[in-house]
Amino acid sequence: MQLARVIGTVVATIKNESLEGRKLLIVQTLNKDLEPSGKPMVAVDSVGAGVGELVFWCRGKEASFPFKREDTPTDCTIIGIVDSNAHVTRG
Amino acid sequence: MILARVLGNIVATQKNRRYENASVMLCQQITPEGDETAYTVLALNAVDAGVGDTVLIVQEGWSASTAATGKSGAAIDSAIVGVVDRVDLLEDE
Amino acid sequence: MIIARILGTVVSTQKDERLLGKKLLIVRPINVDGSDTTGYVVAVDTVGAGFHERVLVVAGSSARLAQGMKDVPVDAAIVGVIDTVDITPRES
Repeated sequence: MQLARVIGTVVATIKNESLEGRKLLIVQTLNKDLEPSGKPMVAVDSVGAGVGELVFWCRGKEASFPFKREDTPTDCTIIGIVDSNAHVTRG
Repeated sequence: MILARVLGNIVATQKNRRYENASVMLCQQITPEGDETAYTVLALNAVDAGVGDTVLIVQEGWSASTAATGKSGAAIDSAIVGVVDRVDLLEDE
Repeated sequence: MIIARILGTVVSTQKDERLLGKKLLIVRPINVDGSDTTGYVVAVDTVGAGFHERVLVVAGSSARLAQGMKDVPVDAAIVGVIDTVDITPRES
């Protein structure tokens, strides 16, 4: 899982039926200092995240697990919203 | 598995239900020599690791999910499964 | 599967109990010509590999299919010790 900032949304009318009704967001992965790292990606939302929020995402096959019992083709899913930047603590 | 150092933890009130009661730790991968790499990753804490500890992180879904929640099938791709006491490196041949 | 060489060992007391008694080795993937690549992975040894040996490493969920790794939380396992690697030159 990695930290990311939601920086945009994606609208796709024609898509795989199993993605019907799913919210697609563009996320920019962040490093430990909450600075952008790498290229933005498209993620499926499972927690009700919005643009500007600090979130974390899960990669791979496990990314489809929040939508269990429905096969959702995703390899990147937002699974949590971090309360605020200050809630990323470092010792 | 990779070696990493625990930097801190993160608080997320709104998260996938299967994450409840688990702590999400911010970790940075290190080399076997102990140097930091650029890769930071969030991992669920399955062994009570603390900030500053060197840890073993497993990055495979079933392993991470069962270690962190006791059950498989959660949306978890990384979990801390060990606290490293010592790394011994061989001399080059 | 990848070919790797053993760099060292990891000692961990406080760990998932399913990892108790498992030998953890640090391995570095190598190219077929024997040169090092970058990176490393910590793998569980299932074959009794020794220091400085070249080994076969299986990664991902398949690592749990190795002998003795059933229901063990691992993402990389050493499943063989390499005797030789022979590359047949491509005919031109």
